[in-house]
Amino acid sequence: MNFDFSDDQKQLRDQARRFLAEKCPPKAVRAVLEGNADYDRELWKGLAEMGFLGVAIPEEFGGAGAGHLELCVIAEEIGRALAPVPFASTVYLAAEALMLAGSEAQKRKWLPAISSGEAIGTLALFEGTGNPSPQAIKLVASNGTLTGVKKPVPDGAIADFAIVAARTGSSGRETDISLFLVDLKAGGVEAKALQNVDPSRQQAELTFKNCKAEPLGPANEGWSILSRVLDRAAVLIAFEQVGGSDRALEMGRDYALDRIAFGRPIGSFQAVKHLLADMYVSATLARSNCYYGAWALSTNASELPEAAAAARISATQAFQHCSKNNIQVHGGMGFTWEFDCHLYYRRSNALALSLGSLSYWEDTLIDRMRKKNAA
Amino acid sequence: MNFDDTPQEAAFRAEARKWIDANAPKEFEAELTKAPLGRISLKHADIVEVGKAWQKKKAEGGWACLHWPKDYGGRGATPIEKVIWQQEEGIYGKLTSPFQIGEGMCGPTVMAFGSEEHKRHFLPKLASGENIWCQLFSEPAGGSDVAGLRTRAEKDGDGWIVNGQKIWTSGAHYSDYGLLITRTDPNVPKHKGLTMFFLDMKSEGVEVKPIKQANGMQEFNEVFFTNVRIPDSQRLGAVGDGWNVSLTTLMNERMSIGARLATGFPEIFEFCSNLMTEDGLAIDDRATRSKLAKWAVQASGLKYTSHRAVSALSKGERPGPENSIGKLVAGSMMQDIAAYAMDLEGAAGVFNDPAVAEAGGQFQAMLLSSPSMRIAGGTDEILRNIIAERVLGLPGDIRVDKDVPFNKIPTKGRG
Repeated sequence: MNFDFSDDQKQLRDQARRFLAEKCPPKAVRAVLEGNADYDRELWKGLAEMGFLGVAIPEEFGGAGAGHLELCVIAEEIGRALAPVPFASTVYLAAEALMLAGSEAQKRKWLPAISSGEAIGTLALFEGTGNPSPQAIKLVASNGTLTGVKKPVPDGAIADFAIVAARTGSSGRETDISLFLVDLKAGGVEAKALQNVDPSRQQAELTFKNCKAEPLGPANEGWSILSRVLDRAAVLIAFEQVGGSDRALEMGRDYALDRIAFGRPIGSFQAVKHLLADMYVSATLARSNCYYGAWALSTNASELPEAAAAARISATQAFQHCSKNNIQVHGGMGFTWEFDCHLYYRRSNALALSLGSLSYWEDTLIDRMRKKNAA
Repeated sequence: MNFDDTPQEAAFRAEARKWIDANAPKEFEAELTKAPLGRISLKHADIVEVGKAWQKKKAEGGWACLHWPKDYGGRGATPIEKVIWQQEEGIYGKLTSPFQIGEGMCGPTVMAFGSEEHKRHFLPKLASGENIWCQLFSEPAGGSDVAGLRTRAEKDGDGWIVNGQKIWTSGAHYSDYGLLITRTDPNVPKHKGLTMFFLDMKSEGVEVKPIKQANGMQEFNEVFFTNVRIPDSQRLGAVGDGWNVSLTTLMNERMSIGARLATGFPEIFEFCSNLMTEDGLAIDDRATRSKLAKWAVQASGLKYTSHRAVSALSKGERPGPENSIGKLVAGSMMQDIAAYAMDLEGAAGVFNDPAVAEAGGQFQAMLLSSPSMRIAGGTDEILRNIIAERVLGLPGDIRVDKDVPFNKIPTKGRG
């Protein structure tokens, strides 16, 4: 059994960690959080130069052609550093959708541009309150044009193109949904950034008015493609969450070692120790579930739907748990703007909703386990 | 990343499987497969006798205590081979529970501190199941605080006289030998006045009494010592060095790697998939699904955490500290699962007569036995301390009894 990343993959993780430690310190996150920039352009350029944006994109499309295990270790570091760049939207959602369902021409146009950092992509799925479901998609496609409103769209206001889920039928079935690719710079779409709990990554509203769009993948198969994209993104975002969990735990541990109260380090009090031990338990369970997700993703295993849901749930819980208790360990200082605890708290709660809520994924996992048992 | 054996591991697995297939006591297969979590008994046979026969056969075939040196009854196997053996032994591993304390704790301690003569004499018999060993550490006054133990050993010529009481001793009633930690000097701080011995459990003055547990069962014992004589040659380690010796015993935790911890999850998933409530199948209820999903990812998280440790062994590396979370997670899970299953049964959840209760009363039995999982082998609180101190590097608690002579430490709370 070799249920671990290879030495090369671990080296890549170390390389990414060193790079991000230098190029993405907390003050870089704060610059975006405080509205001084809509994303960190220098960092984005750097990530492209390092080959991180296209790590899982085949060489023929301008990527490094490494694979998804390599992308997983980079995602973990992106999460640990809270990188304020459109990585998730571009790499986990748009690039994955293109690789799964794009035509040769679409891949030739957009994948090299993603790898080089020239194009930001996103997935326009949600239409307000609710979770992923074919019924929730109202935006209409007719005669190659789209009309409707999508929100939240991650990084929608800075994206160059979007994969859009649209209604092409009214049978009440999954086959009513088709995917389209829209060049957001070509006109016909109004983009508006909306305030969200984690301003270090933007969320937007996109309004489509008879906007020209080209199909992505076969008509009426949008939902099945989307499900696969969401599963793949679930594993990758889970690695971001695990990276964030570990960092929040370390911050709490370090503070508990340094902070003296009642004449002793607060980390010597069992109440504080047990809080931190429980954070370690959550983070460890999440990491192990994520490794299984990584294995399923990288081998395209039939277990991926179940593995992805488990990784998603476990990592969501862990990051929320670690980030909130990191604040608790810090006491009053943890609630100041000045300390970085809230950056992790914000990110953990934004990521928890990014592909649909925790309860949606819980529901999904149980459905998938039942199907497997019935089979 | 893969779940495959290396060629050597595959060859070892094939050999083990072949041997087990030819030698396992298949007449008990069905009963062992169905055996409920935690405890087992066989309808028409004594589980200890069946276990001894299986252990003897394994020893003769070279499959007992595999990771021990051949001279002491083992096979000289690598840690990963031991894990593979456990996986292949499967349900028949349930027969080995009487020998686990000997193999995992007493044996390694004798190996580290015993004389060569003792090792050659005692270890092969321990490995073959001919002798069963128990561990005599916990006391009424020293559970989590093991070093607070009060059983006295006093020098008497070329031996020692022991008086006192141990508690929570698994298997004391069928054990041949015991590993015993005693206090030999009460005038120094508590960790410094301890000494380790082993003794014949049939020695005069040793009395074993079963403890009736909260769930009505009897799996542990109290052991009383009244003027029990132990030769000085049965001392393990120096006089006053018993604490360090005991750490060797307690640190032998690698044996647990690869072992599957019971969590109750497969049981409740099946239960909810079939239970009809007034609102339909339990598993169709949103609140129930949410709970099941949380337990599902805890169970899979434990499973894959164990896989990570096994992978480290496979590469010849030392596993990381991840495995320390196992019992902490599984214990609470089981208790919560039992209570939730009963809640789903409504008023009738109160029944635990297997003939009347839902699911044969398994969740009621789980409810009553699960508190022990959060206590035995390190309480949840001690486990959290261990994670915090050894994994996260937080400072130890301030110990008010650290530099106080043992006989000056207060023994009563109020009054």
